[in-house]
Amino acid sequence: MKQSEFLNMVMPFKDKVFRFSKRLLVSTEEAEDATQELFLKLWKNREKISSYKNVEAFAMTMTKNYCFDRLKSKQASNLSLVHSNYKENGTSLDKKTELSDSVSIVHQLIAKLPEQQRMIIQLRDVEQYEYEEIGKMLDIKQTAVRVALSRARKTIREQLIKQHNYGIN
Amino acid sequence: MESIKIEQLIEKYLDAETTLQEEAVLQDYFVNSKVAPHLEEYRALFGYFAESKNERYTKTIQLNTQKKHWKWLSVAASVVLLFSVYTGYNSFNSSSDELTSLEMAEAQQALEDTQKAFQLLSNNMNKGTAAMAYLGEYQATTNKIFKQPVK
Repeated sequence: MKQSEFLNMVMPFKDKVFRFSKRLLVSTEEAEDATQELFLKLWKNREKISSYKNVEAFAMTMTKNYCFDRLKSKQASNLSLVHSNYKENGTSLDKKTELSDSVSIVHQLIAKLPEQQRMIIQLRDVEQYEYEEIGKMLDIKQTAVRVALSRARKTIREQLIKQHNYGIN
Repeated sequence: MESIKIEQLIEKYLDAETTLQEEAVLQDYFVNSKVAPHLEEYRALFGYFAESKNERYTKTIQLNTQKKHWKWLSVAASVVLLFSVYTGYNSFNSSSDELTSLEMAEAQQALEDTQKAFQLLSNNMNKGTAAMAYLGEYQATTNKIFKQPVK
């Protein structure tokens, strides 16, 4: 497989890989490193991946595993990840200033969810994968995906209502 | 009324029973239309999801790592080093025992020339030193003529 062929195959989901790893690793720099590293891994295994039916799902599973490894090694070396960069550069945040506060609140609420729920929210509500695909990526049953997703959505809603009421009072 | 339909969809959404199409309807409603006040909190949620989709990986993906280059560079460097040590050692060995007769003669010639040159230099040097002896005579005469200060 040539480099250009490979890039054509993986380019469509590079942003998804990046966003997914950012959801898990929090910091943008970490996520960028992870994305770079992941595509390098895919490139090294290029002969193998051409036999996979769904390269994208495989890449997402690899991303998950890689990020978990990163998190584990971070914990082992007692380094905490930087949780400061919630604000994004270049997004439409500035345009909707009245929304931006509550939007970053949503970000923080998602960040507080358990890892599994965080991943599922990301894969479903941001990347819009089918339940079946998410189940394959995370190696869990579809019903488990739904249960976790429902739990995550309800938690976020409750917290948002709480925040909303604080704002009014 | 539209908000009733949305409320039903929200219920399904919270139970994770909506399809992707239905979720797209919800997203469109909360991002693009006037949201009913009692559903206000969902606006931030769907707004956030819509915005998150726009985040891009802006760097270029590098498939040839720097690390790999360094590894090969060090291999190349050690090969060059080994080769140069080997050839250097070889030529050192060969130069000591395999001198041709021509080289020998040349070396002999060079030695003779150098010795001749040194001989010439030494002769002239001796001439100069002999001349210096007169200066010593001068010094002795002056000492005789002028009274030396008493120490």
